[in-house]
Amino acid sequence: MTLTSKTATELQALLQKGEVTATEVTEATLQTIEQREEKIHAFIHVAKEEATKRAEQLDQEAADTRGRLFGVPIGIKDNIVTKDMTTTCASKMLEDFVPVYNATAIEKLEAAGAVNMGKLNMDEFAMGSTTETSYFGNTLNPWNTDYVPGGSSGGSAAAVAAGEVPLSLGSDTGGSVRQPAAFCGIVGMKPTYGRISRFGLTAFASSLDQIGTLSRTVEDNALLLSVIAGEDYNDSSSSAKAVPDFTAALTGDIKGLKVAVPKPYLGEGVDEEIAKTVKEAIAVLESLGAVCEEVELPHIQYAPTTYYVISSSEAQSNLSRFDGLRYGYHTENAENLEQAYFRTRQEGFGDEVKKRIIFGTYAMSADHHEDVYVRAQKTRTLIAQDFDSVFEKYDVVIGPTAATTAFKLGETGGDQLVHYANDVLAVPANLTGRPALSVPCGFVNELPVGMQIMGKHFDEETLYKVAHAYEQATDFHKRTPSIQEGK
Amino acid sequence: MTTFSKEDVKYFADFVRIGLSEEDKENFSVKIADLIESVSNLNEVDVTGVEPMTHPVAMINVLREDQPKDILDREVMLASAEDQEDGLIKVPDIL
Repeated sequence: MTLTSKTATELQALLQKGEVTATEVTEATLQTIEQREEKIHAFIHVAKEEATKRAEQLDQEAADTRGRLFGVPIGIKDNIVTKDMTTTCASKMLEDFVPVYNATAIEKLEAAGAVNMGKLNMDEFAMGSTTETSYFGNTLNPWNTDYVPGGSSGGSAAAVAAGEVPLSLGSDTGGSVRQPAAFCGIVGMKPTYGRISRFGLTAFASSLDQIGTLSRTVEDNALLLSVIAGEDYNDSSSSAKAVPDFTAALTGDIKGLKVAVPKPYLGEGVDEEIAKTVKEAIAVLESLGAVCEEVELPHIQYAPTTYYVISSSEAQSNLSRFDGLRYGYHTENAENLEQAYFRTRQEGFGDEVKKRIIFGTYAMSADHHEDVYVRAQKTRTLIAQDFDSVFEKYDVVIGPTAATTAFKLGETGGDQLVHYANDVLAVPANLTGRPALSVPCGFVNELPVGMQIMGKHFDEETLYKVAHAYEQATDFHKRTPSIQEGK
Repeated sequence: MTTFSKEDVKYFADFVRIGLSEEDKENFSVKIADLIESVSNLNEVDVTGVEPMTHPVAMINVLREDQPKDILDREVMLASAEDQEDGLIKVPDIL
């Protein structure tokens, strides 16, 4: 077994005992990245020099002060700011942008001893579900390079699935961690809104955004979240709730767990083979002692459009900071300030980003604000109330993570409407602020399928417990794409 | 069918100062009309008496000590701007 095929937990044990050095792990990781990148293009920037230097420093540290991720390689989605390392948001607008500070999540990773291997590809400003809107070219799915890895955290999912890194960070505004995790056959967690500080996460839609964690196993995911979660002085929306050691929740015992399965989650628009696969996964949970029942969610069909309105409206406000003056791309074709704004944005933003900003401006305009934006906010209340009533009786809500397996490259064109069925599954966790996790639960046509487990606010422990019990009862997480054998 | 003309595209893009080519206007006019059509399904929802939801997790009065702290170095911050002079960010002529 090579170093790079090990989980973070396995690597960490070897590193703590000094059986391998951080430098050895980093070198092996950089070699693996180099070999596999030409096939999948998960990284925008491989931090070869920075990682090598960092590993050397770590190896000098005293053995008794080593953090929980000492020497463990990690990749970071390129919308999370990293001091002295480019953070592009996969946009021409920030092609050369080098932040002057670290996101809080990055600071926590550094304090725990993790080694940042570089910045991962994504849809431009996290707007998309295929990673095809990246200014730097798309990422390919490690299971089959004719397919997309999903998105917007496509690079984060592909790098982990391909065995380039055991862990990565993504961000999830409407499924952007969970859907690529499902498409790439790995574990992806969007924690509760406020669980991880968003200081240094480039804002897309502030009432929906959350940093998320990706890994090959549930245990690794729980370890990573334990390290980066918690209240932050710099983010007033971060929660003061105590952060447990999530790995302690992996007891395997889910007897008596009450599982709700919403009817629409396995109904119209969901691929039949996916529905069948997830039903089999639910049967496994039942065999472990869970009690599963069907439930109704009366407003669920309005979740995607509620999401489009709210996310675009918030995005048009957040992205106004990209004016070409304070940082980032600046047009050379302007004679005055107004022209500079117009042309910088014309040249700096891609089509999907422009479309959403203009639509968001329409939704927030004086003529349409009440009828479109506020109406969506009220519908959001109704959707949240539906879930509140379900969670009064049940511990978790389960369904597929996505309605289909990975799309073929170019087949969706980044068009949001095509993803309606997927959004019914993806966006409720963001609209309601609830934690949700995707865990591998099978294959359809040799492409991975994910089961989504949504929980109560700040109850990530139960999600990890259920996902771990399921994972240990099945073998899907042990299958790896052929790219890992160098084929 | 919902229409969103090229003029509509320009009208809203002007508010947010995004320049567009003729081709962009054509393209966005079709795509945004589709979006507006799709979100019109929200008109079916009875929202009488429903409060709008602005935050997914209710947090009230998040306070912190008002104490001065070291912040980032001025030179380092200025260096991240496109152009600078004498400790100020340099922008094109405004007047």
